[in-house]
Amino acid sequence: MSYVASVNVMLKEGIADPQGLTIQRALPALGFEGVAEVRVGKRIVLKVDASTADEAREQVEQMCQRLLSNPVIESFEVVVQ
Amino acid sequence: MTARIGIVVFPGSNCEQDVFRATRDLGAEPQMVWHGDRELPDVDIVVLPGGFAHGDYLRTGALARFSPIMDAVREHSQQGRLTIGICNGFQVLCEAGLLPGALRKNAGLKFLCKWVELQVENAETPFTSRAERGQILRIPINHFEGNWYCEPAELERLRANRQIVLRYVDNPNGSLEAVAGIANDDFTVFGLMPHPERACEALLGSEDGITIFNSMIDHVTSKAAV
Amino acid sequence: MQAALHRDLGLTDDEFDQICARLGRDPSYTELAMFSVMWSEHCSYKSSRVHLKSLPTDAPYVLVGPGEGAGIIEVAPGVAVAWKIESHNHPSFVEPFNGAATGVGGIVRDILSMGARPIALMDPLRFGTLDDARTRYLVDGVVHGISSYGNSIGVPTVGGEAVFEECYEENPLVNVACLGVIQDRLMHGRAEGSGNLAVLIGSSTGRDGIGGASVLASAEFDEASSEKRPSVQVGDPFSEKLLIEACLELIGRDLLVGIQDLGAGGISCPTSEMTSKAGTGMKVDIDAVHRREPGMEPFEVMISESQERMLAIVDPQSLDAVLEVCRRWELEARVIGEITTTGRVEVTSEGIAVADVPADALAEEGPVYERRARRPQWLDDLRAADRGDAAPPDLLDAFRAVISSPNICSKRWIWEQYDHMIFLGTLIGPGGDAAVIRLPDTEVAVAITTDGPGRYCYLNPYEGARLAVAEAALNVACVGAKPLAITNCLNFGNPEKPGVMWQFTEVVRGIGDACRVLGTPVTGGNVSFYNETKGRAIYPTPVIGMLGSVRDLGSVRGLGFVGAGDEVILLGVTDPDDLGGSEYAKVVNSTVGGAPPRLDLDALRDLIAFLGETNHLLRSAHDVGAGGLCVTLAESALAGGIGVGASVPGEPHRALFSESPGRVVVSCAPEDIDELLQRARTSGISATSLGSTGGDRVECGEMSVALEQLRGWYEDALPDTLSSSIEERNGRRS
Repeated sequence: MSYVASVNVMLKEGIADPQGLTIQRALPALGFEGVAEVRVGKRIVLKVDASTADEAREQVEQMCQRLLSNPVIESFEVVVQ
Repeated sequence: MTARIGIVVFPGSNCEQDVFRATRDLGAEPQMVWHGDRELPDVDIVVLPGGFAHGDYLRTGALARFSPIMDAVREHSQQGRLTIGICNGFQVLCEAGLLPGALRKNAGLKFLCKWVELQVENAETPFTSRAERGQILRIPINHFEGNWYCEPAELERLRANRQIVLRYVDNPNGSLEAVAGIANDDFTVFGLMPHPERACEALLGSEDGITIFNSMIDHVTSKAAV
Repeated sequence: MQAALHRDLGLTDDEFDQICARLGRDPSYTELAMFSVMWSEHCSYKSSRVHLKSLPTDAPYVLVGPGEGAGIIEVAPGVAVAWKIESHNHPSFVEPFNGAATGVGGIVRDILSMGARPIALMDPLRFGTLDDARTRYLVDGVVHGISSYGNSIGVPTVGGEAVFEECYEENPLVNVACLGVIQDRLMHGRAEGSGNLAVLIGSSTGRDGIGGASVLASAEFDEASSEKRPSVQVGDPFSEKLLIEACLELIGRDLLVGIQDLGAGGISCPTSEMTSKAGTGMKVDIDAVHRREPGMEPFEVMISESQERMLAIVDPQSLDAVLEVCRRWELEARVIGEITTTGRVEVTSEGIAVADVPADALAEEGPVYERRARRPQWLDDLRAADRGDAAPPDLLDAFRAVISSPNICSKRWIWEQYDHMIFLGTLIGPGGDAAVIRLPDTEVAVAITTDGPGRYCYLNPYEGARLAVAEAALNVACVGAKPLAITNCLNFGNPEKPGVMWQFTEVVRGIGDACRVLGTPVTGGNVSFYNETKGRAIYPTPVIGMLGSVRDLGSVRGLGFVGAGDEVILLGVTDPDDLGGSEYAKVVNSTVGGAPPRLDLDALRDLIAFLGETNHLLRSAHDVGAGGLCVTLAESALAGGIGVGASVPGEPHRALFSESPGRVVVSCAPEDIDELLQRARTSGISATSLGSTGGDRVECGEMSVALEQLRGWYEDALPDTLSSSIEERNGRRS
């Protein structure tokens, strides 16, 4: 069966995010007040063959650990449909 | 005897020719090594040069670390031979776990190509033996992701073991502790963001890069003499 | 069938009739699309061809002139370089990052197609004024795009320009020049040899760049389908790097009969141009083209401008070797065609003919227009207008305003984003009068520079064009090189307007005349028309890319003062009235009017020769350009980190800010000044002793400023401007 897995990779809490900060600073100039924090990450979408959703999730989590995310500075979460 | 140098070329590497020329002009014997090969030729020193291996896709160095040659590079280091990663090469070594920490985007979020001054923190490594502690080396940087980071506990260990080898005098990219170059636990692997091969000619602005290459060459040739 | 279809594709009724007459029938969809790109202004030069013919193009050292991928110049015995400039103006306004990035990609492939390794880039850029938020966004995006692409492919960007004028606000100019060195053999874009194969190498083909042709889509065109038709081309520098290495290997191993890059016009271009040049034809199989998207129509495949692709002509015996090289470099390579003797481009899809057109009709027989040219009436008023040379209330304030103005101030913010050092050959990099590049593994060096004084051309297109060529030549001479040849990028408004066409013809005339006097033929270039929005055209802006050869590495000179106690001399004559179109007039008196500075081209040519003869006596050389003498002295002092005390006679603001061309500020050791002045007298070169270097102040006549304060004005201006908000800036000004 084919499953679609969505991976969100974000910088770990506590790691400085200059991109997020720059965006946060730019928003008020465009008229958007009240934005307290901005963090920027990346989203990776994969079509995976597996027998169950859980199997797909497990495979993708392993992919995250080995390649898609750098454990020194990033954390990830996986959602499988 | 001369030092034999293997320069690993990934698809997207682009500083390999410069490293080749710089080391050849110092009397070493450089050769290119294709990333797809499983074996290294018989070389004393391995260089991972600068560039954009695999387009820097996903994360810089993330894909290159899985290239077939990297197992041989790991082996080479375990045998006690020297490996130096320059810029993109440093990024690949961190991703491969051969060096601690990770390289992030520059704090100023801009690519930076400029001359910087580096202070030698540890002159007792095979990569800096020709320098003196506190000596200033003038070597250029050229990167978007040179902002080195590692976890606090790791940093303590590195400090205690004197693995922080080079620091920026004027931190250009937000690197933790102004780290410009670090070594692994047994000082066989060295990674630095600045490009020593670009500082080997007075005509180009500085000859301080020679200090690093010659230190490595010394290490190889003196070992052989013994 | 297609009553107004051809009009939607940008063809006139007349052009449509010509196509029908040439084919002897109505064209098919695919054929119409092919003609629409090949007969477009960008591809066919229909408005400019007839005038460009008047330019000088010959010299013994020009191995290949205009008409091919790039001009080829022999700079030393057995050493030849490729040199060309291109524009990517309109895409950069739509999407600055990708527009600029793909501009770099395109010119690099032009150089590559000649068998040259690209070794240096220059980016002459023009934008609106920096108080406009969109302009700041464009500057950021364009610089980021060039940086990202150029750095990734590993080619240094060694110089360029950044000019800010209101007229470019909605029509920024992104021109990119590339220098390459011929490695093993010179290649030509000719599809020779019936039975040879056409191999498409590189990235897959998608719908990039197909904007206007969407009208040919099926009747069910809707919102969802529109998402599949991106008109912006997105570049992939990683593929380009692989393409460079693979093509150079193929050429080095003599595996190719010919090669051409794909740019504007997509596959239609090389399939027709290469066959037209060789007098052959080609059968093209659409289905063999590797694609990125399903369901592409034949016309889309033929005109798509997907990036990072080359078309190689291969002898069948070499095919396996060619495919192996491409495979090793992880590039797709597909046989999409075969050379025939028919002289026709025959395109099939699923076995059915979708196009059958004579190659010449597409590549050579495009319309040639001699558009009406008429001197615009406003020019007389402009000439008679105040030239803006009234004295300033305060000389130091005026100097500060000029030295920190966007057109003059340090552009370090830009060029520190470019790798300008890779290849270990940049002897003089960004910030110099010209860049000096040592060719790999040789002791041969060349100098390259770009100049395009739009404001001068606005006041007088003919004189402005001569000034452009003159400035470029003098820049190259200042770094110790001999000017050899130029490539030019001619940026203009709408050529269907007689005023613009007049500007164009005058500029071409000026370039031709100046090139003949200076002995620097035109080796190729680019014309970009239609740079106008809502009736406002840009200034006529010819960007001249000058190439020079350096005699030996010891003759390379920078513009910075080298030591304290050196003598500073002004070579050339200052005309106190040369303030028309000057930075002073614009920045201090908010005026653009009058006549541009007067040029004595013969005297300038003599000065260039003099610089060559006295090279060994000079410790620094810097030509006087925008901003005038005070800027020249300031820049030399800042670069050298040494102050200067110069006395300049005449009315202070005229002495400091006049932009008389043909002037160079040189410095020499005290023991050499007598010889220098003596030689100047003998050669008929005007030489005025200004003073000497030393101290920590810059003094130019009555103007005096501390070097470090000056450094702040010069270096901080651009970063400060780009990081401040509009409100802040407007508040500060009022």
